[in-house]
Amino acid sequence: MLNVGKIEEGFVLDHIEAGKSLEIYHHLKLDKLDCTVAIIKNARSNKMGKKDILKVECDIDTLNLDILAVIDHNITVNVIKDGEIVDKKELVLPREIHNVLKCRNPRCITSIEQELPHIFVLADEEKEIYRCKYCEEKAGNSSTW
Amino acid sequence: MRHLMNPLDFSVEELDRLFDLANRIEKDPAKYAHACDGKKLATCFYEPSTRTRLSFEAAMLNLGGQVLGFSDAGSSSAAKGESVSDTIRIVSCYADICAMRHPKEGAPMVAAERSGIPVINAGDGGHQHPTQTLTDLLTIRSLKGKLGGFTIGLCGDLKFGRTVHSLINALVRYPDIHFIFISPGELKVPDYITDMLTERGISYKEVIRLEDCMPELDLLYMTRVQKERFFNEEDYVRLKDFYILDKSKLSAAKEDMLVLHPLPRVNEISVEVDDDPRAVYFKQAQYGVYVRMALILTLLGIES
Repeated sequence: MLNVGKIEEGFVLDHIEAGKSLEIYHHLKLDKLDCTVAIIKNARSNKMGKKDILKVECDIDTLNLDILAVIDHNITVNVIKDGEIVDKKELVLPREIHNVLKCRNPRCITSIEQELPHIFVLADEEKEIYRCKYCEEKAGNSSTW
Repeated sequence: MRHLMNPLDFSVEELDRLFDLANRIEKDPAKYAHACDGKKLATCFYEPSTRTRLSFEAAMLNLGGQVLGFSDAGSSSAAKGESVSDTIRIVSCYADICAMRHPKEGAPMVAAERSGIPVINAGDGGHQHPTQTLTDLLTIRSLKGKLGGFTIGLCGDLKFGRTVHSLINALVRYPDIHFIFISPGELKVPDYITDMLTERGISYKEVIRLEDCMPELDLLYMTRVQKERFFNEEDYVRLKDFYILDKSKLSAAKEDMLVLHPLPRVNEISVEVDDDPRAVYFKQAQYGVYVRMALILTLLGIES
């Protein structure tokens, strides 16, 4: 089994659905950070069978937890200091997300007024459904990251 | 400040108060003839809609107020590229209340967020048309004496018809309503609506032929197949004449059934039906004025 060393300062995103780590890497804009990032794919997991892990050696404050929660709120966020886990962040679905998803409904006012923020509102917590605040289009149908 | 974007913005109790006020206006319009003296309504219509705009203007004029505005985007500063946000800020300086229609969904909400005056959504694309729903509810409540305890058939374009979606969402808040959706397969009511009805335990059925359910209905809500909602002309031409209500179909209906239609009709209701006492769609247009009068008074805080 491949061995990736532990990090001293930063955070570890654990229990990522297998195959999703690269997507998350891009959504969190980790490619823009000048720090060490380890992407571990298809690691063995008792709970999930297979999982991905991201280890990032930078301050947790650079991480947009809202985006992460919308992508998959089952991901575990471990905050690391001096090589030890000092905190576990719980991901909660945000009530509103601003400029994360883009409404692609061609009939939405946001399609013609460029300065408007793209706001999605949590319409159904149980089913994890977000809708555009303006046209109520469901996220996923015609919205993109 | 209160706006109206969606018919569900008002609770059932608030709607009851609004409809009571509308019925008081209906009984004694003279009493309200000067209720809005000195007030101005701006009708900002970015797409043509003679009926809704005239209804709003008639409502304000009946209340003694004045109206100003534009009736299509070409004659407004939108043609020069002005945003809705900027337009409403300017309109807020000129008027006390605004009714806005826009082809883009959510435009009136953008306006409401930046407005200094109450904004009424007078229709935003295929999204919402709350004052039509209030009109429908007031018509049913006034002529049936109640909201609830009936079987309603909704016929025609149930896929793109925003008036139908809004009406269903508004009616599910009342008890004991059974829905019958009458449409061709291509224009069926969207899944999210039938899912919502199932989740809430509200009974409904879907049929293709109007004749299959006519005797069951207490209310029949007819709709037009709207050309502007189709991207493809061929589909529109194929489906536009799918349902035509005529005297022979109506003969199977209950004596006290009501036929409603948001208007304008094209040919989905034969003119021979117009004289039938069950045809109440022109009365419905009159109730549209009363409910808009009540709404203006309520949003301006003059009477509730």
